[in-house]
Amino acid sequence: MAAQYQPQSAQESQGPRGYGLTRQAKNRITIILFLLPAIVIFCAFIIYPIFRSVYFSLFDWNGLGPATDFIGLKNFKRILTDTIFQKAVINNLLIAALSLAVQLPISLAIAIMVGRNFPGRGLFRTIFFLPYVLSEVITAIIWLGMFNPNPERGLVNALLELMPFVDPVTFLGDPGLVLVAIFIVLSWKYFGLHMLLFMAGLQNIPHEIEEAALIDGANHWQMLTRITIPLLGGTIRTSAYLSILGSLTQFTLIWVMTKGGPVNASEVMATYMYRYGFVRFWLGYGSAVAIVMLLIALIFSLIYRRLMERQDYLAA
Amino acid sequence: MAKFGTRHAGDSKKVIPIILKYLFLIILTLIILTPIVILIFGSLKTRGEMYSRPYTIPNPPRIENYIRILTGSTFWRLLLNSIIVMLGTTFGVLLVCSLAAFIFSHFNFRGKGLTYNFLTLGLMFPITVAIMPVYLVIRQLNLTDSLLAVVLVQTAFNISGNIIILRNFFNAIPHELEDAAYMDGCTAFDYFWRILLPLARPGLSAVAALTMIVSWNDLLTPLILLNDDSLWTLPLGTMQFQGQYGQDLALVAAFVSLAALPTVIFYLIAEKQIVSGLTAGAVKG
Repeated sequence: MAAQYQPQSAQESQGPRGYGLTRQAKNRITIILFLLPAIVIFCAFIIYPIFRSVYFSLFDWNGLGPATDFIGLKNFKRILTDTIFQKAVINNLLIAALSLAVQLPISLAIAIMVGRNFPGRGLFRTIFFLPYVLSEVITAIIWLGMFNPNPERGLVNALLELMPFVDPVTFLGDPGLVLVAIFIVLSWKYFGLHMLLFMAGLQNIPHEIEEAALIDGANHWQMLTRITIPLLGGTIRTSAYLSILGSLTQFTLIWVMTKGGPVNASEVMATYMYRYGFVRFWLGYGSAVAIVMLLIALIFSLIYRRLMERQDYLAA
Repeated sequence: MAKFGTRHAGDSKKVIPIILKYLFLIILTLIILTPIVILIFGSLKTRGEMYSRPYTIPNPPRIENYIRILTGSTFWRLLLNSIIVMLGTTFGVLLVCSLAAFIFSHFNFRGKGLTYNFLTLGLMFPITVAIMPVYLVIRQLNLTDSLLAVVLVQTAFNISGNIIILRNFFNAIPHELEDAAYMDGCTAFDYFWRILLPLARPGLSAVAALTMIVSWNDLLTPLILLNDDSLWTLPLGTMQFQGQYGQDLALVAAFVSLAALPTVIFYLIAEKQIVSGLTAGAVKG
């Protein structure tokens, strides 16, 4: 890896003291020693495990004793044909689509609304971002209470009861509504993060550009759609990336609130993996599910990078 | 409300949109805070009051739930374990990532781009995706049921993002300082330790604040690596408590409030660092 190296400032390697080779040798040792901890931990606890899992995914293995029952790609075949897994993938995609279509525009609107010098800006930011720092376990338990079907226990139904002709709704027990309920909780928890990123992005847009547009006769809407939002492009892309990756790998909130139920209506890939890999302890099958999830996340990331590179190229 | 009045004085067209804005933001504030307030109200009621008057202000407030939890040993044990894991992970991340980020920001060598891309690969898959593989290796190493394993795994999964954040912070420090330090006979480590790290303190505290939150809130790693409940951390213990005492909503509310309290206090103290860490990470993406 470190066959050739040179200090970043050229002046130093030809420095007046003629340190020459010892200097280079020292640099080489420094580079290796300083990078070593990161590389060792990263390889030992991320890269090596993944390759190990690829191996185990080819076995029918329940974790007792060594894995000997080699079954080739049968685990993968079974995963891809399992309708529950297919449902899980669709649910992941639905959550991602809802996040992009609802959560991000709302966060963006709020960030623009709060703007750069809105009185009370700091206070609103502190409040809106608060749910992000609460753990998903705490968030899930709070909202289990909110969604309780009994209006005397759950505030959401108590509010619905105030409306005429509305019966209490079992949000988390209704296969048609459970994803909506979970999406509401995810939005409650995460819109503050996106708002924060957008606010930081807005901070980086020179005010003069917008003012010039206004002077040139643009109205506020034109300024927003033609200037502010395009200039926020990078932040919006980052936000979308975090949102999709988060949606594809969501576990804790759903597991605590519904365990993927009722009848798999809120199953996602991670709860599916946990159920088969850890609850039933089918380690071979669970490994295969993990590999499939990993590939989906990787493919998404690579496509995203490729698209963004092209974007930047076009912009330049 | 007086402030904006002066800014747009006389511009009556702008007053109504601004009132609507505030109205909207206040409604949003209510949506965000109501679930938390209801939880705290509930925690200050008896089990009976919780069922008869679930949404009212607790009158009188009862602290029995809190006393019951704080006089038992469970909560304190969970808290202690969470603190150990959080400090371990934060220390690990700071050490490992600042060493690596220093190399990436101050040295050139063949394979630099490759190494950097490799170490930041972790951004592409969060811990959820790789937890099954990680479990198999930890089991093989006989490291299950140890807090050290949780620390190592959390550290590993926080390497990628934090190397990027720290490298950006280190890049912002002028290189002239480095030349001057080497002229004075500093070794690379001297420079790193005595000059760079003190100057990069805002970056280090941003990374520390972010890592503390991530570690503190992580359920999946302890859930999978720890069977022994004497080693459990707060999120895991909170989940378990909710399952066990689910019928006593007031008691669960008190437990959840106590579990959330350290995070909220920390957030109010370190908001600046958390925000700066998140935005520094996101700018680079």
